[in-house]
Amino acid sequence: MVGSTMPRKDAMDKVTGKSMYVSDFYLPDMLFVKVLRSPYPYAKIISIDTEPAKSIKGVRGVFTAKDCPGKNRIPIVMDDLRFLAEDYVRFHGEPVALVAGETEESAEQGVRAIKVTYKQLQGVFDPLEAMKPDAPKIYGTDNIFKHWQVRKGDVDKAMREADLVIENEYRTPHQEHAYLEPQGMLAVPTEGGGIQIIGSMQCPFYVREGVSWVLGIPLANVRVVQATTGGGFGGKEDCPSIVAAQAALVAFLTGRPTRIIYTREEDILSMSKRHAAIVKSQYAFKKDGTLIGARVKYYLDAGAYSTLSPVVAWRGTVHSVGPYKCPNVEVDTWAVATNNVPSGAFRGFGSPQVLFAAECQMDEAAYRLGLDPFEIRRRNILRDGDETPTGQRLKAEVGLEACVNHVIEASHWYEKRSKPKCGTKRRGIGCSTVFYGVSLGAGGKHLDRAGAFVQVMYDGSAVFGVGTTEMGQGMQTVLSQIVAEELGLPYENIRPIPTDTHIVPDSGPTVASRTTVMSGQALINAIKPIKEELQRVAGEILECNPNLVTIKHGIATRPDGKGVEVREVLKRCLAERSHLASSGWAVASDTSWDINTGRGDAYITYAFAANVVEVEVDIETGEIDVLNVWASHDVGKAINPQLVEGQIEGGVVQGLGYALMEKVVIEQGIMKNNNLSTYLIPTAVDAPNIEPIIVEKPSNAGPYGAKGFGEQPLMGIAPAVANAIFDAIGMRFYELPITPEKVFAAIKKGGINI
Amino acid sequence: MKFEINGIEMETEADPSMRLIDFLRGNLHLTGTKEGCGKGECGACTVILNGKIVASCLVLLGQIEGGSVTTIEGLTKEGKLTDVQEAFIEEGAVQCGFCTPGLIVATEALLREKPNPSEKEIKRAIEGNLCRCTGYAKIIDAIIKASAKRRSIT
Repeated sequence: MVGSTMPRKDAMDKVTGKSMYVSDFYLPDMLFVKVLRSPYPYAKIISIDTEPAKSIKGVRGVFTAKDCPGKNRIPIVMDDLRFLAEDYVRFHGEPVALVAGETEESAEQGVRAIKVTYKQLQGVFDPLEAMKPDAPKIYGTDNIFKHWQVRKGDVDKAMREADLVIENEYRTPHQEHAYLEPQGMLAVPTEGGGIQIIGSMQCPFYVREGVSWVLGIPLANVRVVQATTGGGFGGKEDCPSIVAAQAALVAFLTGRPTRIIYTREEDILSMSKRHAAIVKSQYAFKKDGTLIGARVKYYLDAGAYSTLSPVVAWRGTVHSVGPYKCPNVEVDTWAVATNNVPSGAFRGFGSPQVLFAAECQMDEAAYRLGLDPFEIRRRNILRDGDETPTGQRLKAEVGLEACVNHVIEASHWYEKRSKPKCGTKRRGIGCSTVFYGVSLGAGGKHLDRAGAFVQVMYDGSAVFGVGTTEMGQGMQTVLSQIVAEELGLPYENIRPIPTDTHIVPDSGPTVASRTTVMSGQALINAIKPIKEELQRVAGEILECNPNLVTIKHGIATRPDGKGVEVREVLKRCLAERSHLASSGWAVASDTSWDINTGRGDAYITYAFAANVVEVEVDIETGEIDVLNVWASHDVGKAINPQLVEGQIEGGVVQGLGYALMEKVVIEQGIMKNNNLSTYLIPTAVDAPNIEPIIVEKPSNAGPYGAKGFGEQPLMGIAPAVANAIFDAIGMRFYELPITPEKVFAAIKKGGINI
Repeated sequence: MKFEINGIEMETEADPSMRLIDFLRGNLHLTGTKEGCGKGECGACTVILNGKIVASCLVLLGQIEGGSVTTIEGLTKEGKLTDVQEAFIEEGAVQCGFCTPGLIVATEALLREKPNPSEKEIKRAIEGNLCRCTGYAKIIDAIIKASAKRRSIT
């Protein structure tokens, strides 16, 4: 059961169109909400006149910050995000007012009728500019939301003693999640002054807290149920709290069910992005390729509000030197306030930017030292018992070298590297090795626990609920496999229920690749007493010691092979009034972090990966065709191999988008490409042949040895592409995305022999 | 206005300037057709109109007068999945599922017109259907499998 490909629990509903996403709920008497948003990146609000909107036919209410019965804030880390703008707007698209209408059209007309007088202010749009002393102050006295540092060994000494120092500056753009389902929420007033929320989200407990804050009602009066969710990738981590509070405020104040579905344009405009970043890297090597020192300065464009930036910056800090041993490390990371859209969580969470830099640094060092790119990595990669750059001693759980070996073999690396480059279409091959700290780690320790409940019915079927969510990654399927395995019941008999905050206690967010590990363990803990009761009763029937009874595939068996159907055991349980329902709780093992030295046991365990990308560059046009990607991932244990492959393939293509085409264009704070015809993501035609390779080096942090890994497939793709382009045409690109225009310009400037 | 939707003839006095997607979802509660962008860019709202795929967010009700529309709900007959739907499940071509109905409808139209498409033709045929989860690999596998299965039956 665990370890085999089972069909997805939600596949039947999804292929027939029966799944209920939030936009599929049509309730009688439902109101629709539209949002008035700031047209300016930075301005003072002089006045808001809502009266003209109120007289529009079909408009049932217009609401501003003043109408907020609770706190006008969305809670997340530093709690600085305004629910609706008060005196200032700080980014293009910031919500200013809400209009409720009988139809979406009337609400939209109402939005257009509101008169706001703004006084435009000079904003700041680049993190390096924002850190200058004379920059406009968006936050505090220095525009710095958060600074993290690592101090290990003596980096100056390492630079002096190095045979080679590689120093570069890398730039990465804002990336849009482009989940296919736009943000949306339904809020329904309930008896007793409460609100029920149904919607698209990753983190129901964040949504519950957001609604509770804005309405000023207890958490117990807010019930949040997840609807089928059409993709998240981090974009539905903190942002759905905003969307839910918008619907909830209207529902609460009008007493009517209220639905809000974002248009694609407002979704891209106002929801979080991957942070645009600048990474300044200085690496010191010995002649043999040994990395002896690394200095990294990492600047994140956090946007107008801090939201998740402090923790994104922390994960970036821990990952900033890559999966290598390095005795001397100096890292400084700054999350900087600007008047751009707030950035937040996106698959990799602050690590893809620094890993792009780290993996290009390693490639350049290999070239300069005359080493094969994998050879330099072999000399430095983490193995069992090694210490991470931030001082964590790893247990016997490091599968990185195995990933490297597999990917070299599958890609025919050495054969392809040695091929001469000539002609107008030049092929090249490049690699990357990455690691990923699983779950929240020391940066989010207080949230790193999860709950579950399980109920077994007398006919041998069972339901379970958890506090984490299904967003497409396959959680319900993987956890059903775990429940089937633990109870010894057929997979078909296991039914997951939608995640509901009234049923399972706060389990933290569905982020950080933590779901299989945390909810899986909570389920195993929940099942334990049920399993013991089944064994006890089966022991009675089979006349044997209950501890010797095994239950598998619906049969309870004693050691000599005599068995009884679980259905019979369950009938006896019914007669004996057995309690066959239970809840479970899992707490992540301890982690630590010293804020001064930037050292500690940052994460409960790590996943690892090695990627190889093969490209063909047309030197007449600058076009880059990605031909093949080989991606090997140490996932600890693949509970469902097909779902693991799906995560790898999807992450690879998202990573290719990041490498080659995706960039949110923001000019002086004004977003220019907030729709899917100008913000391009890969189509089927762009997708290369991908070979996913599963490596299983178990960790004791997760059930059956499983590690979390859903984010990792994206993380190392951009540098592998950049390194492959270097192999093809001998040119390095330090800024993403690497578009044909950039390649063409570089070729023209550099003059390649044709 | 008269037209046929999923094999059922209907007559309506609905506003002809209404978008087809709104009529399907709002009036008929055929919510399997999804709206991902409202601009014909993502393919989530794909339906078959007179044998050809269209983005139902770009078609007005008046334009289907006398025509025939098939949505995801119209593909399953008596609760039995089509070979395309089965292949999507078996190959793991479904993740978040929001693009899935549009992709299955587009695949159905492709295989009706071209029972033995090459991989390149498959990619071209579904180029207008964005998927952000799967990387398309298992979707393409599923379409190849469905086309082979369909040819072996007919």
